[in-house]
Amino acid sequence: MARYIARRLLLAIPVLIGASFLIFAMVFALPGDPIRALSGDRPLAPAVQQQLRDQYNLDDPLAVQYGKYVAGLVQGDFGTDFRGRPVSEIIQERLPVTMKLAFVALLFETVFGLTAGILAGIRRKSFFDSLVLLSTTLIVSIPVFVLGFLAQYFLGLRLGLFPIAGLNDGFRSYLLPGFVLAALSLAYVARLTRTSLVENLRNDYVRTAKAKGLTPMSIVGKHTLRNSLIPVVTFLGVDLGVLLSGAIVTEGIFNIPGLGRAVFDAVRSQEGAVVVGIVTLFVFVYIFFNLLVDILYAALDPRIRYE
Amino acid sequence: MSERPVTSRPSDNPSDTPVALDARLPATGTGRDAELPQAEVDTRQASLWSDAWRQLRRSKLFLLACAMLAVLTVMSAFPQLFTSQGPIDNCDLSNSRQPPGTNGAWFGYDIFGCDYYANVVYGARVSMIIGLAVVGGAMIIGVLLGALAGYYGGWFDNLVARLTDIIYGLPLILGAILLLQFLAQARGERGLFEVSLTLVLLSWMTFMRLFRSSVISIKDTDYVAAARAMGATDSRIILKHIVPNALAPVLVYGTIAVGGIIAAEATLSFLGIGLQLPAISWGLQINSAQNYIRSSPHLLFFPSIFLSVTVLSFILLGDALRDALDPKLR
Repeated sequence: MARYIARRLLLAIPVLIGASFLIFAMVFALPGDPIRALSGDRPLAPAVQQQLRDQYNLDDPLAVQYGKYVAGLVQGDFGTDFRGRPVSEIIQERLPVTMKLAFVALLFETVFGLTAGILAGIRRKSFFDSLVLLSTTLIVSIPVFVLGFLAQYFLGLRLGLFPIAGLNDGFRSYLLPGFVLAALSLAYVARLTRTSLVENLRNDYVRTAKAKGLTPMSIVGKHTLRNSLIPVVTFLGVDLGVLLSGAIVTEGIFNIPGLGRAVFDAVRSQEGAVVVGIVTLFVFVYIFFNLLVDILYAALDPRIRYE
Repeated sequence: MSERPVTSRPSDNPSDTPVALDARLPATGTGRDAELPQAEVDTRQASLWSDAWRQLRRSKLFLLACAMLAVLTVMSAFPQLFTSQGPIDNCDLSNSRQPPGTNGAWFGYDIFGCDYYANVVYGARVSMIIGLAVVGGAMIIGVLLGALAGYYGGWFDNLVARLTDIIYGLPLILGAILLLQFLAQARGERGLFEVSLTLVLLSWMTFMRLFRSSVISIKDTDYVAAARAMGATDSRIILKHIVPNALAPVLVYGTIAVGGIIAAEATLSFLGIGLQLPAISWGLQINSAQNYIRSSPHLLFFPSIFLSVTVLSFILLGDALRDALDPKLR
């Protein structure tokens, strides 16, 4: 087990370095001059420009810039944006918002996705099963931003059930964006649970349990569900990383000041340090949860052996 | 020249001289011996696909998806068939954001007072081109790298695997925003080509993984061993034996992926990072509609419906193909 984890950790290092370098290169190899863009119509004095360039290492070759950046990163220094604000401060301020949003989304996925999947799986080919299959196909086909606007228009504007945008209503403000963020994964969770349950219900141990006279309730609850949920749990784990980055679109539509908005704004205003910092954080979270899920997977399913 | 009459009536003389037999086979090519293996090969090659075709023809969802895609294809190739107006013909600012039905305009008018129906119809082209081109490109890269990585393994396989991990680590939309920003600056333009290239570079990995695992499972089959024993070169084994047999999962995923790519293009254009005005794209239309969601919701609905139906058609087609091509699910 320890060796397996160590090997996976070692494999994650080149991925993290490669991804962050890729991001860094794409952001800082841009031909535009961020300092000039920063100063706008009235150019800054050449000496001030030079000082800013030195401060942000803009005159160094790319590899050196990256090296200095990583050196700072290892010491917990994410750099500063062009107004001198530390990126770590931006992350500290925005991360809780995005985390809350992702958490609400995960809750939706688990509660509704699992329930729909289990009910459909137990009563295969029933009306409810067809309904789940149809509605999940529809949800998957509607792009997230379209779904966001539709929800905003019908549930928010027309019916007035939810706040339309912003965070002024406390927890209630997170419901609609959380649901929109969750929708795609919710459909996948429902389908995955259904398929996995249907497959497991065909197994011999289910027939044995039935022959012993167990009620359908306890067959599904005690025996089948445990095995069926393994792929679902792994999906949910990986999905948490996906949700964080999916927040870019959702946070934009619902005007929520989270990390997704921050990174989007930063890309547009060429705030390189902010972009690289946040995206690297996203990649790190994604890789971390992938790793966690792989280990969890091996722990949940005794048939999987460590090399 | 006594062989001629003999060749035309082979049944007359079963015990020909060797010379006559040799001369007969290549000349006519229809001898029984030549025909048999030929027919056998044909039926075997066709079986998976003809089985699938037989099942597909009976699937209502498949027919529905095909019908919708046929309409969309015609719409993107010849939008004139659907609307007599061009997207920017007869624009009149006094018609700005008029609701559907005004002056007989089915979908109403957009912000600039142009006929919205014509605009939405003309939007199909961009989506279809980008969807098909990106999946085509990603499939070629994925199949190529997957075949090489799966067949040879070793350091190349490792390299491709790490590269795949890195790109998977970048979330698609986030990676696309960064890459597009980069490409747009580098090339001074943000059009169809830049958007397509970005999406190709970020979406080939699944094709690669699918194809690689198919290749690995086929590599050790008996017919590949037989081909190798007969002295077939690596390239011949890959092209003639492995690729045709490993293609089915890639095709199924590719069909579904077209829908995903179309949605991704619309998302990027919606974010203002993809195509730029005056290009006509559903994503751009939804982008300009978002400020008028309260007063003119029709600006939001029509492109949204067209976009979702297009994505849905490809997903349904892919689902039907998977059911037909994957024998495990039957």
